[in-house]
Amino acid sequence: MAKIKGDILVNVERCKGCEVCIAACPSATIAMSKEVNGKGYHFAMKVNNDCTGCMNCAIVCPDGVITVYRGKVSE
Amino acid sequence: MEEPFVKTEIRKDENIVYKRTDLLVDRPLSYCPGCGHGVVHRMLMETLEEMDIQDKTIGVSPVGCSVLAYDFMNIDMLGAAHGRAPALATAIKRLWPDKFVFTYQGDGDLAAIGTAETIHACNRGENFTIIFINNGIYGMTGGQMAPTTLPGMRSSTSPYGRDVPTMGHPLRITELISNLPGVHYVTRQAVHTPSHVRKTKKAIRKALEQQKENKGIAFIEVVSNCNSGWKMTPVQSNKWMEENMFPFYPLGDIKVDGKLVEKKETVVKE
Repeated sequence: MAKIKGDILVNVERCKGCEVCIAACPSATIAMSKEVNGKGYHFAMKVNNDCTGCMNCAIVCPDGVITVYRGKVSE
Repeated sequence: MEEPFVKTEIRKDENIVYKRTDLLVDRPLSYCPGCGHGVVHRMLMETLEEMDIQDKTIGVSPVGCSVLAYDFMNIDMLGAAHGRAPALATAIKRLWPDKFVFTYQGDGDLAAIGTAETIHACNRGENFTIIFINNGIYGMTGGQMAPTTLPGMRSSTSPYGRDVPTMGHPLRITELISNLPGVHYVTRQAVHTPSHVRKTKKAIRKALEQQKENKGIAFIEVVSNCNSGWKMTPVQSNKWMEENMFPFYPLGDIKVDGKLVEKKETVVKE
């Protein structure tokens, strides 16, 4: 059965690691990376496949670094 | 670095449901991590994009962190003297009544230095939109006490907390101007959670739509955090804002279509 799933793409170099998206995510898909980006911030990254594409993280992101995709996946 | 958990079958251009709007200039925002300014900028630009009025909009940003707005908004912007954005916006709107004009001001600017301009522009019933970012502090200059600083709140010029007998009461300018007859729409919103951000966007849309009808000022206050001024992490500051700012600055519409919204008595923490 086809399922609707989501995916996020974080613009790593623009992320400032404020962690506001983590609190906004209902499926605990986002966490902070151990690595740092060019500016020295830990950046947001996807840590599981539960994303539903609800856009909450992208809407609260102060820097607008998250692009959200939503589409059908064949299981 | 290799990204784990990539859904390549979804990650295609036709499946994009949300991306940063092109009306924001493609450069990193210079605000602190977690600052509410970035969200308000984006919601404002998304609203302009949806209404397709990018070339008909003129923004005015005065002094404060809000002065940086014209580096990031890809529309016509003007810089005003400290606090004088409503005066400049009055002139622009009177000369070009068919343009959409908004001012983007902080609390030190709108509620302290520019109180006279704000109150008189609202009282005259000029026809533009004021977006007021309230974080209870002078954020750009190093976290000094602002008129909107809460009682007992620490800032760099009130290190033992705001002492009401000597420093005065905080100013709820939004309630103050909502009583003026020239004001048509007054609301107070926040941008720290997705639902609040969506409500803020709706309020901005409503305020800009109202300019077509020439009814008077639309005033949107956005209660925001200033995590570097408050000396907290962004998540902590959002929590602190919910616990301390919202009881004193309750969210919601205050005046809709020229009529005050009746409210239950709000509990004021002093």
